[in-house]
Amino acid sequence: MEQNPDLPQLAILSTGGTIASRIDYRTGAVTSQFDADDILRAIPRLGEIARFRAHQVASILSENMTPPLWIDLARGIYDEIRNGANGVIVTHGTDTMSFSASAISFMLDTPVPVVFVGSQRSADRPSSDNVMNALCSASAALSDLGEVAVLMHASTSDDRCAIHRATKVRKMHTSRRDAFASIGMPPLGYVDYPSLAVSLGDDTVRRRSGEADLHDAIEEKVGLLSFYPGMPADLIAQFEGYRGLVLAGTGLGHVSTASIGALRDLIGGGCHVVMTSQCLYGRVCDRVYDTGRDLLALGVIEGEDMLPEVALVKLMWVLGQHDDPGEVARLMRTNLRGEIRRCSCNGF
Amino acid sequence: MDFEKLGLKAGIEIHQQLNTKEKLFCRCPTRLRDFEERNGEFFRYLRATESEMGEIDRAAEEEMKVMRGFTYATYDTTCLVENDEEPPAPLNTEALSIALTIAKMTGMTPVEQVHVMRKLVIDGSNTSGFQRTALVALNGCLPEGARIETLCLEEEAAQRVEGETFSLDRLGIPLVEITTAPDMHTPEAVQEVARTIGMILRSTGCVKRGIGTIRQDINISIADGARVEIKGVQELDLIDEVVRREAARQVNLLAIRDELRRRNASVTPEPVVVTSLFADTKSPILQRATYIAAVVLRGFDGLVGREIQPGRRLGSEMADYAKKCGVGGIFHTDELPAYGVTAEEVALVRERVGAGETDCVVLVAAPKERALCAAQQVVRRAELALGGVPEETRKLLEGGSSSYMRPLPGAARMYPETDVLPVRIRAKRWEVIELPELISGKAERFAAEMGLDEALARQMAYSEKAGVFERAVESGVRASLAARTLLGTLRELSREGVAVDRLEDAALLDVLTRAESGALAKEAIPGVIAEICGGLSVDAAVSKVAPAMSEDELLALIRAILSTRAEFVQERGMGALGPLMGVVMKEARGKADGRLISELLKKELRQRV
Repeated sequence: MEQNPDLPQLAILSTGGTIASRIDYRTGAVTSQFDADDILRAIPRLGEIARFRAHQVASILSENMTPPLWIDLARGIYDEIRNGANGVIVTHGTDTMSFSASAISFMLDTPVPVVFVGSQRSADRPSSDNVMNALCSASAALSDLGEVAVLMHASTSDDRCAIHRATKVRKMHTSRRDAFASIGMPPLGYVDYPSLAVSLGDDTVRRRSGEADLHDAIEEKVGLLSFYPGMPADLIAQFEGYRGLVLAGTGLGHVSTASIGALRDLIGGGCHVVMTSQCLYGRVCDRVYDTGRDLLALGVIEGEDMLPEVALVKLMWVLGQHDDPGEVARLMRTNLRGEIRRCSCNGF
Repeated sequence: MDFEKLGLKAGIEIHQQLNTKEKLFCRCPTRLRDFEERNGEFFRYLRATESEMGEIDRAAEEEMKVMRGFTYATYDTTCLVENDEEPPAPLNTEALSIALTIAKMTGMTPVEQVHVMRKLVIDGSNTSGFQRTALVALNGCLPEGARIETLCLEEEAAQRVEGETFSLDRLGIPLVEITTAPDMHTPEAVQEVARTIGMILRSTGCVKRGIGTIRQDINISIADGARVEIKGVQELDLIDEVVRREAARQVNLLAIRDELRRRNASVTPEPVVVTSLFADTKSPILQRATYIAAVVLRGFDGLVGREIQPGRRLGSEMADYAKKCGVGGIFHTDELPAYGVTAEEVALVRERVGAGETDCVVLVAAPKERALCAAQQVVRRAELALGGVPEETRKLLEGGSSSYMRPLPGAARMYPETDVLPVRIRAKRWEVIELPELISGKAERFAAEMGLDEALARQMAYSEKAGVFERAVESGVRASLAARTLLGTLRELSREGVAVDRLEDAALLDVLTRAESGALAKEAIPGVIAEICGGLSVDAAVSKVAPAMSEDELLALIRAILSTRAEFVQERGMGALGPLMGVVMKEARGKADGRLISELLKKELRQRV
């Protein structure tokens, strides 16, 4: 298929997303058939916006995503940027899209937009959100944005898409088109449809010149545990041998007094433990109640206002880069990619 | 018209809403709402998708000529499934049971597994862009000998409120779709078959009633014509007229074809731009137009304006096709000069496009892209006229004529609904289905066993109140009283604006038994029912409209009657009890219980004898 040489260059990397997919009648699942021609045939208007290079990093359901695939993806994006792409679109299943987006966010320092996009309604139905999301993602990938983002419907209507920061976004609904929400901050911006006009907030990291920087080492031996009332302490002990554990505690960041002993052993064994909150909104503070103070005394790291999954991915990455416990703790408490905000915003 | 000679073949598809508690693929109630009750709106686009064969359905493609957005109204009785924001729930088993009952009533064979399919519909009436439909049974037959080909369970579409705005309350209500073979050869036969199927559906007691709850699509063709499907016929009595008019339309289109062939007519596929000719026109539409295209139809003069159905011309058909591109309509030289277009302007156009006297010129005025799209559609319809009758899906117009909607859907239209698991129909489930009594049989029984005259029996059997009627008669109410109340009184009250549809069967039964026992005067029935509909309990309504006499009042009444009839009492002794009972009952006008009257009367009489 002819592409217009006067248009800017974009790259599309697929991990098994639904931009150009069909039903597989054997399994009933949606499969993607993926090259630039397929995409342009499915969504002709893309060809009026940019030139496209496309390649497939994986073809999986997003629940089967793994840290090694994040590394493949980060390298693929890095190569595209080095080869002159003005922006990169990553199509991804929505279930674990925010994990992958935040992983790329930590691994890759990008001067151009890297936009993750998916669809909540499969491409085989006339009402699919795939065409609108894809067109808006292309527009966002050409915009002034200069960070990793997730782009999906802003509401149930086909009127605009929201651009979310990769480290502050979460899938908050099982099925709605507007399932993705920025947590603890407003979206970075919006893309109107069908005009495809992009508006970015002041907070957004802007496109810049210079090279992309890749640090793709990941420590996989990190866990995430959501505390619940009556949770037996030996569940914590199961993480023995892990290099890191993120806890999703209650409220301000608590686990039961009965868990303290097991955590002491774990930390004593060299595991880095980071506390986040099941509340998702707000900041962890372990200085208010006794249990919290006990946790701090053990060496539990306060995860500030990081989302539990983002803290998990960040801890994997930090441990991939550093061994020194003091440096690990310092980095976990330091904002690297917008995952920690200096101030908690009004409202939620 | 001799329809058999014309080779008329007709079949019907009947769509009947089922009165289930919940919708077909979600757990929302099947309740219709007022548009004013909506609690939200959203906006969507739909686009035709390729089938698994990589084809786009021709009917869907037609709807896609313009990118259309749709607005949907939501209610507190609709959910994310209607919004196309949640996968469908499993198939409603209550709806499936009703569908299977209907299938068994018509001697059909159920499928082993019910597979839900998606039928592409992108006119906005389904948020998903498809209608879910499932084949339930095959091959039945009707008493008249007409064959039923299939019975499907489908979801009802959203109701169009106006323009491109739809209401989601109706979307997802279960429907059965019954398709007959094209076995009917006269308009009357079509109507008769529709009537019979309607009667069978109602006999289940599980279908919705009222306007819009049953719709017929009619498939019609004549020899040398083409299959045309006319959608959305709601009135049974209009069916024969619809068939007659469609047969006539096909006859007339064939006559036009023959005349075109005789004239060696042809269509010039490239439209000519004539915008500049109308720079100073008096026609308001052409004045506003930024682009005017002319299509030359060689040899078509006089035929575009020829009537093919009451109120419809070949030109109307061309206009229908053109409207798919978002234009308001077309002009053609058979109807000009008119609408502000002068004879001079017509002559200028004819000259510019090189049209002779035997040619017809069609004008389309709109923004460029739409005008060119519409011109192409006119060319397409004109070429179809050279071939006779095109296969089409058509929309019913008032009176029985029809307008073009889209081509008949092709095979690319259906594909599997992968979000709903198939349902197995086990032999046991089929065997235990009990067949309900047919309404026609019920009418005969009401006449024979309950002494109602034939017309009244028939009316009673078809009524929604047939069940209450039977229960009332079983509990001792006279059939005539029950029928008169359930048919006559309720209708009269409804005409007076009383909300009789709120009336519960139990309350009606209570009122009827009180009236039968004499505890309530028959004259008081309408007043009592009106009060119940207004929200009172049966007891409260009775004491408000027909308050019971106190024992003292009743005693005074009895004594007064006994004194004026002293002679009769002397003469008959205790034998006067029977005749006097009637007198007191009449005077009490249902305000006292019959047993109490009898007791007091007996006591008073004994003292005097």
